[in-house]
Order: sequence, then C-alpha cells, then structure tokens
Amino acid sequence: MYYIIMIIGAVFVNNIILAQFLGTCPFVGVSNKVSTASGMGVAVLFVMTIATLFTSTINYYILMPFGLQFLQTITYILVIAALVQMVEMILKKISPPLYQALGVYLPLITTNCAVLGVAILVTMKGYSIIDSTLYTMFSAAGFAMAIIIFAGIREQLDLVGIPKGIQGVPSALILAGILALAFMGFANLV
Amino acid sequence: MSKLSIVTKGFIKENPVLVLVLGTCPTLAVTTSVENGIGMGLATTFVLVLSNMFISLLRKITPNEVRIPIFIVVIATFVSIVDLLIQGFVPALAESLGLFIPLIVVNCIVLGRAEAFASKNGVFDSMLDGLGMGIGFTIALVIIGTVREILGSGAILGYEIPFMKGNEILIFVLAPGAFFVFGYVMALVRFLQKK
Repeated sequence: MYYIIMIIGAVFVNNIILAQFLGTCPFVGVSNKVSTASGMGVAVLFVMTIATLFTSTINYYILMPFGLQFLQTITYILVIAALVQMVEMILKKISPPLYQALGVYLPLITTNCAVLGVAILVTMKGYSIIDSTLYTMFSAAGFAMAIIIFAGIREQLDLVGIPKGIQGVPSALILAGILALAFMGFANLV
Repeated sequence: MSKLSIVTKGFIKENPVLVLVLGTCPTLAVTTSVENGIGMGLATTFVLVLSNMFISLLRKITPNEVRIPIFIVVIATFVSIVDLLIQGFVPALAESLGLFIPLIVVNCIVLGRAEAFASKNGVFDSMLDGLGMGIGFTIALVIIGTVREILGSGAILGYEIPFMKGNEILIFVLAPGAFFVFGYVMALVRFLQKK
C-alpha cells in the first residue's frame, strides 16, 4: 500500500514538471514530436534512477558518517556528470541501437535540473536508499508521461492557426499551464 | 563591443529568460512573490559574476576536452557558498526558495555564459557579461513575480492593494498560473521587439 501511494503521489499529485517545475527546459525544448519526446523520457528515466541510486548511497555511506553534508551539491553534480558520460560510453559499446536512439539526449541530461533536483529532494525527505531509488523512478515516469502527452498535443497544435507572437515557446508554456490545471485535479488524492 | 553594451545586452535584447528561454525552472518556481524573485535573481547574479570571473581566469590552462566538468566544479563551489550564506544570514529566504538554491548549479544560464562568453573573453568583460545577464534574469523574475503577486495574493512586496485584496485569483500563485504568466509575458516581449 505504501508503494502504491508513493506511485500515485510521484506520478500524478507531485508531478515533477507540472507541480514542481523541475526539468522544464527539456520539457519545452524537445517536445515538438512524440518520437523525440518519448526518447527523452526514456533517457531521463534511465539516468535519473541510476543517479539517485548512486547519490543516496554516497550520502548514506560517505557524506553522513563524516559530517560532510555541505559538500552535497558539488558531490551530486559531479556524480551525475560522470554518470552521464559513463552511461554514454557503455551504451555506445554494448548496445549501438539503443545508443543511436538515446545518444543525442544524454549530454542534455547533465543540465536537466530534474536529475539533481530529485536527488536532493529525496535526501531532504530522508528516504532510505531503496525508497529513494523507487521514488526517483516513479518521478521520472511522471516526467516521461507528461512530456509524451505534451508532445502529442503540440503536434496537433502545429496544424492550428495561432497569432504570430504566441507561436512556439509562449504557446507551449500556456499549453503547459492548461495541463498543469488538469493535473491539479489530482491534488487531494493522496 | 563597448563595455556598456556588454552589460546592457542582457537586460532586454538578449534577456536570458524572455528571449533566449534559458533557466525556465527557477523562473517558474520562485516567482510566487516579487521578494522571492529578487532573492533568487541576486543569488544567481552573484554566482554568474564570480563563476564567469574564475572561468575566464582559468581559460588559458583549461584543456578543451574536460572543460565542462571544470566549469561545473567552479559553478558548484560558488553555489555552495551562496547556499550556506543564505541559510546563515537570511533563513526566511532559504525557507521559501528551498530546493532551488542548490539547483542554480544546473541553471542553463550559468553554464551557457561560461561556455559562450567567459571561456573566450577577458576577465573584466566576463564579469560585466555575468552582471548584465544576472540583472536581465532578475528583471524577468521581478516582472513575472509582480504580475503573479498582484493577481494571486492581492499585494505587492507584502503590502496589500486595497481593491485586489479579497479579490485574489488563487490560481496565479499555484503551478498553472506560473506557466500562463510566463507564456504571456514572453509573447508580449516578442510583440514589442517586432515593432
């Protein structure tokens, strides 16, 4: 039951994009087509889950026992940057088709604030390593869902005549606002 | 380029948020009030000026292949300094900005300026560029923050506005309002620039 509530909370109620504004750069930047959006969603899911597994392990076994929490930001961002590089190299070696599909998104993920944001968030919440990793996985799934829905709507939006000043990013932001309104309906679910 | 135009280009013409669409996460998240917007803007300006200065100082000895990790370490150092200073001296601001202070590290504006300007230009010019971009960021946050605070909580900088108080539109301080206001402000800037 605990995990079901966690899933609903992370995916719908506290959706990282639409309720917490983490990762809005790629959300607006690479959501023109459903295919690229789903590529980005899968890449983020992959990297975020591994990143939090590493950062929370480091937090529990290195930073906390030695009282080094003030180094949290530097440690986490370095781990994430190194991890993204490593994932890129490993994918290139063992699975070229997957690398072909996700390769272009990987460098962008280092500066995706959702990765660092959720890693810090679960540390603030004081979750255990397993709970942290699961929570991150669900949050990332929420990100993937939101970006795919959003891209689907944007594809349709291209066919509609909208005033010139609002075309592009402004229309995307207003659309995101309407989506966020819809997601507010989940607010008191958990 | 004259020294003055390095500073002023960030204000409107190349405004990082409203024209270049960088750093959208903090823009959406912290603009529930003008005060938060100013706090976030100043913290980011501080990081921008100092990280630009340092990266510019190191630009001749930075190997090209590992420049991104080096930039990130420099930026993360200054972000940690700001984080600890704010927690120590303005705990109320640290409370309301919360997670978004450490997230200055991944603000695309900071890394973007390091890559596009500071790694190629002199120390003083880089500092001016950081200052201009930081002020441009603050301007954008203050504009969006003002609209959201007036409409959403019927006040400005904490002072109540007679008619608006009691007629607040709550949605503007919640998540959807952030997207709406940001979208329309950006559309307005584009419209004015075309003229």
